[in-house]
Amino acid sequence: MIKLAQSLGTRTLDTMATAGRAGRLLMQSILRLPRFKDVYLTYVQLYSIGVQSLLIIAVSGLFIGMVLGLQGYTTLVKFGAESALGPLVALSIVRELGPVVAALLFAGRAGSALTAEIGLMKATEQLASMEMMAVNPVHRIIAPRFFAGIIAMPLLAAIFSAIAIIGGSLVGVNWLGVDSGGFWSAMQGAVDWENDVINGIIKSGVFGFFVTWIAVFRGYDCVPTSEGISRSTTQTVVHSSLAILALDFLLTTLMFGDIV
Amino acid sequence: MGQRQTEIIIGFFILIGFAAIAILAVQVSNISESAERETYSVTAHFDNIGGLRVKSPVKMGGVLIGRISDIHLDKKTLSPVVTMAIFSEYDELPTETSASILTAGLLGEQFMSLSPGGDDLFLMDGDRIYDTQSALVIEELIGKFLFNESNDL
Repeated sequence: MIKLAQSLGTRTLDTMATAGRAGRLLMQSILRLPRFKDVYLTYVQLYSIGVQSLLIIAVSGLFIGMVLGLQGYTTLVKFGAESALGPLVALSIVRELGPVVAALLFAGRAGSALTAEIGLMKATEQLASMEMMAVNPVHRIIAPRFFAGIIAMPLLAAIFSAIAIIGGSLVGVNWLGVDSGGFWSAMQGAVDWENDVINGIIKSGVFGFFVTWIAVFRGYDCVPTSEGISRSTTQTVVHSSLAILALDFLLTTLMFGDIV
Repeated sequence: MGQRQTEIIIGFFILIGFAAIAILAVQVSNISESAERETYSVTAHFDNIGGLRVKSPVKMGGVLIGRISDIHLDKKTLSPVVTMAIFSEYDELPTETSASILTAGLLGEQFMSLSPGGDDLFLMDGDRIYDTQSALVIEELIGKFLFNESNDL
């Protein structure tokens, strides 16, 4: 019994300490005025974080949009309401599916890679040798990746949404024969720039922040063994997926709670 | 891969990202309309506005000529007052214009429909439309119908 209480206490304290270290890492990487060299390091990181995630984001977006168009059509056509297909596809993608699915893919594609990369740097003592050379690894390694993630995520989500809507129109208009003028104009009537599109972009920015934070922290904090790296990588994907879904609910109630 | 090549690809990626945002803005959302058009406001009093909402369309002969900008209850008469923002290009609406709240389709959204009257004077900013017809509330209609039927029996 006492052992149970003891282990419970240890676990709680461990969790607290982890959260504390994560917060300190965030502070260290953000609370420093960016210098010109940092801008360049961040820009280069956009390649592995942004460009290499582009293909999976684009292909998933296309297929999700096409499936949404197909399923929406089969239901709406029963009520003779296939002109509502445009708003259905656009609103569900711009508000929810775009930011969330893009962030989940981003966590699986870029987040896990970040954790593994930083974890391996730690295991092979590259981070320690940087410190020996008086280069702060948080500034040199962590911060550029962190900012690159925050910049890349909204762009990827916007690409996902745009391609998904094009996919929806491909199936709806070109294949199933919904009137193209009605499809686009009903969509433009229903989708609001500020309420829907901007809020979707804000959402994906928040997701990008948390996913990259979790990823770089898990890598920086991992046990420097091969087993530790693999566990950290798994934790990155699991934790960031859960964080994305929970945050999505929170943000949706904040943003769209008062829209009937 | 050379450093310069990487940089070009990243620049390309950022460009695609902004192009996607531009597509969402122009093709998907109504930003082109909400881009500040000059409007003037006209008010109208109703008994019941049904499901009319702020930003609902104002149409004349089916053509969009403005949007509802404000809805509030008159404190003295306790009747709803609807303010419409009408695009300035349609500035020659006669003062006898009548306003009615209609429904798009059987169960669709409600909108304000204006029909022109025959007057030489035009509505100005802040004017009021006196000839109004309230929204049809389907529940009330069904209630009346049932009431009449039961009277006949």
